[in-house]
Amino acid sequence: MKSVTKAYQPISWPTKGAGGDTGSWRTHRPVVDSHICNKCQLCWVYCPEAVIERHEITIDYRYCKGCGVCAVECPTGAISMEKEE
Amino acid sequence: MKTAQVIMDTGAHAAALAVKSARVDVVPGYPITPQTSIMEAVAAMVENGELHARFIPVEGEHSAMAAAVAASAAGARVFTATSANGLLYMHEVLHMASGGRLPVVMCNVNRGIFAPWTLWADHQDSFAQRDTGWIQYHCSSNQEVYNTILQAFRVAEQINIPVMVNFDGFAISHCLMPLTLPAQEDIDRFLPPYEPGWRLDPAHPSSFSNVTNAAEYAPFREMLSGDILASISLVKQAAQEYKEITGMWDGDTIDTYLLEDAEVVAFAVNSMAAELRLSIDILREQGIKAGLLRPRLYLPFPTEDIINAIPQNAQIMVLDRNYNFGHPGGILASELKSVLFGRRNDLTVKNRVVGIGGIDLTRRFMAEEILSMMEE
Repeated sequence: MKSVTKAYQPISWPTKGAGGDTGSWRTHRPVVDSHICNKCQLCWVYCPEAVIERHEITIDYRYCKGCGVCAVECPTGAISMEKEE
Repeated sequence: MKTAQVIMDTGAHAAALAVKSARVDVVPGYPITPQTSIMEAVAAMVENGELHARFIPVEGEHSAMAAAVAASAAGARVFTATSANGLLYMHEVLHMASGGRLPVVMCNVNRGIFAPWTLWADHQDSFAQRDTGWIQYHCSSNQEVYNTILQAFRVAEQINIPVMVNFDGFAISHCLMPLTLPAQEDIDRFLPPYEPGWRLDPAHPSSFSNVTNAAEYAPFREMLSGDILASISLVKQAAQEYKEITGMWDGDTIDTYLLEDAEVVAFAVNSMAAELRLSIDILREQGIKAGLLRPRLYLPFPTEDIINAIPQNAQIMVLDRNYNFGHPGGILASELKSVLFGRRNDLTVKNRVVGIGGIDLTRRFMAEEILSMMEE
């Protein structure tokens, strides 16, 4: 049976930044020391916001909320949490 | 119209046969008396291959409705059934089905509510779900249960609102009555396959019922409220087209008996309303111009049809099989008074609560109730 009305259903499609500039929530910023980083990609695996680029290990600070999971999981200690200004 | 088959069967089996006729895809189920006979029959149909559906046995009614919501969001035609405290346990997820605009159809086999425990019929369970955003039918015969489930799927899928089909425990669910089953190709003509405008689909990921801010939330609720009111025309259309295809008619939003010249109008739902026709005959034999108005649709409340159908200056005797706690009397009387106020000031409304927890409502008892209400 096909709808006769265009029902207003609560559906959303995933898009980058749909939740706004969530990087503004951050109090501490993860900083990667590329001399120590061995590119194991564990930070990419653990990042709950998917803001770490997999191969270059760079962080998109527009959406990074600064949760610090990457710094805790990094096995080489390459990621430090620095207080935001 | 193709040749129909006539059998003898119970109201619960009539519901299961309607599920089969509707070619339902998914049936999550959890047993509760007196609904269990529906789920048993549907499970047997799935098991023996009569019905090509997925039967999901779950651990409780909250899960049954959650599975129904998920399956419906995935684009399936979904049916489930419950009673009394099972319906109350679903309450939260009923809102998810209506707010999510999912056309689930469910039978509620009316039964009184715990505490104390009772197994027998009254209407506290379905009326307590008034504000969940479901369309609600109340049926008075086994045939009407079968017919209404098919109409319910049609209405639900046209306007994306879930529909509850209610009927009394035991008096309907477990009693045998003649049942006419239309040919499957006639049913298929009335109820074509469900084509959702949107569905959960891994190939095209989407999120269902995400968090909204106030400016987004309010329009969802406003549209649901408006569409529930608008569903009245679809209910009428479904009843009319079902009649054209099958020749069967139970009324559309209301059903009436000897109402045209009535000075005393009995007002009630479900199986007691079928019995009330016989009470009306008793009263007519005594020279009283009595008639019956049975709202087949409880929600949306058929305001205009009721206002137009009741003769001038009539006394309306509302027989409620439920309590409106905090008010004197029952829920139907309150609903009726709220729509008559300011529009039909010629009418008098009287109310009695009867038949709670399955107390037998015979034609003589109800005729005497109406006579005693006339004395008030």
